[in-house]
Amino acid sequence: MSRDDVRKKIEVEDLRLAYGSQEIIHSISFDVRENEILGIIGPAQSGKTSLLRCLNRTIDFCARARVSGSVRVDGEDVRQMKDVFALRRKIGMVAPLPVGLPLSIYDNVAFAPRSAGLTRKVELNAIVERCLRQAALWDEVKDRLDSLGTALSGGQQQRLTIARALSHQPEVLCLDEFSIAIDPVTTMRIEDVLKTLRREITIILVTNLNQQARRLADRTMFLWGGRIVEIDTTEVVFSDNPANPQTYDYVRGVFG
Amino acid sequence: MTQDAASSPARNRFVKTSLVVRKEFAEQLAKAVFFLMSVAMVAPLLAIVAYLVWRAWPVLSWNFVVDVPRRGMTDGGIWPAFIGTLYLVGISLAVSAPTGVLAAVYLNEYAKENWLNRIVNLAVINLAGVPSIVHALFGLGAFVYAARFGYSILSASLTLAIMTLPVIIASTREALAAVPASFREACWNVGATRWQTIRAVVLPNSISGILTGVILQVSRAAGETAPIMFTGAVFFKAVEKGQLLPYRLDEQCMALSMHLYTVATQVPNVKESIPYATAVVLLGTVLAVNAAAIALRVWLRNHKKW
Repeated sequence: MSRDDVRKKIEVEDLRLAYGSQEIIHSISFDVRENEILGIIGPAQSGKTSLLRCLNRTIDFCARARVSGSVRVDGEDVRQMKDVFALRRKIGMVAPLPVGLPLSIYDNVAFAPRSAGLTRKVELNAIVERCLRQAALWDEVKDRLDSLGTALSGGQQQRLTIARALSHQPEVLCLDEFSIAIDPVTTMRIEDVLKTLRREITIILVTNLNQQARRLADRTMFLWGGRIVEIDTTEVVFSDNPANPQTYDYVRGVFG
Repeated sequence: MTQDAASSPARNRFVKTSLVVRKEFAEQLAKAVFFLMSVAMVAPLLAIVAYLVWRAWPVLSWNFVVDVPRRGMTDGGIWPAFIGTLYLVGISLAVSAPTGVLAAVYLNEYAKENWLNRIVNLAVINLAGVPSIVHALFGLGAFVYAARFGYSILSASLTLAIMTLPVIIASTREALAAVPASFREACWNVGATRWQTIRAVVLPNSISGILTGVILQVSRAAGETAPIMFTGAVFFKAVEKGQLLPYRLDEQCMALSMHLYTVATQVPNVKESIPYATAVVLLGTVLAVNAAAIALRVWLRNHKKW
């Protein structure tokens, strides 16, 4: 399959982001292809989380943020979109720390479909079960769906967060360091889920664990100090001779 | 490794060095001071209540609450003042609580950080610091004269409402700000509007803080004398014993705080225990409202859906 055949799901062009007078993303351009897993690695303060927030425009809630350049999802510039809520349903987002909303487990997952206007009990039940199964949480909580989501353990809450992000049937799923609060076994189970999900949706995986990107990602982007150092197939980025020597140093932990 | 070498550092670890002794002393001292201060908080409250009840005991009865003042207020009960206070507090909160809470939701959840928001903030803080006698004068000018409500329950209630509003706004904002930002972001991330987020997550999680702020203003509204004295409270109003709705809104009324002042200082030959009994009823009413609020909060916490 040649590169031109692959449909571009998200195109980022000359994106700049500044908080006040401090620019933290300096003109980056890349695209995300349909049904791929794009890994984004890079040290803290590289602008990874801010980049994700530009994609679903939750950056709007940060009053001091100034964005320029363009982010197109399915060819449509997100900053021109009238229905930003539809955009956010299209792009699922999983935050680094698990956030169980102080609602029942059921309501945590049913929240997004309800916000979108779905009220039929049968459909909601189906969505809740499907998403909890996809997030590998169903078996643990199916008997106590009406207990509080905040009462779950950290790892369970993280899977609940993933279930919630899947509940609005996103076409793109962004995971922001989803595994920092959960144990290795659960991480592996979720990674399996991601591999399955890739057949249906596009995944952007921001991670501090280079090996996680190596295991999962089709392509990997190395972001450092708000600039793209390298973006290529995962094999190349983790190979002995990536295009940029800094990439080599970073993925081998001799970065400094 | 010999046994000696392995165990000697472990032994040393539990030796009481001078640093450890000092640390333990500081810990004990801090605990003792904090404990004393918390007891010192409770003791005056208990002393006040006990003293009031003791002095009020001869006349304190249900009949004292429902009876009307008799023999030129030197005998009888306090019903007109009691029901008047309920009127004033009820109406003023019915105005200030919704207004204040909704304003605070706007300021905290919607308003952008700009000069207008800052001015409103500054106004709220400063209004909260205005003395009640100044509110009273404002109420007199604005409601009694300018709005032509006259000396009436309506004027007095609105004056109390104006007085309590800024504090309700401030305390509600505190309660809203205490809801973690991550909850809001989680909702926005799945495409919820601000209002959907507020209704589903923000309000249910701040409602007890909001209620606390509002309830504190019940005691304040019930206890203030100056604002109602200027705008609608009178020394005496003839009312039938135990009559449930004795006042019309355009009438003046009696109120507990004012009545307490009257019987304590203005009327000669009052039975000694009457002012104290009035104070007990005023305090009891406020505490009863607080208790009701706590019950409501517990109920809300157990029924997150609302």
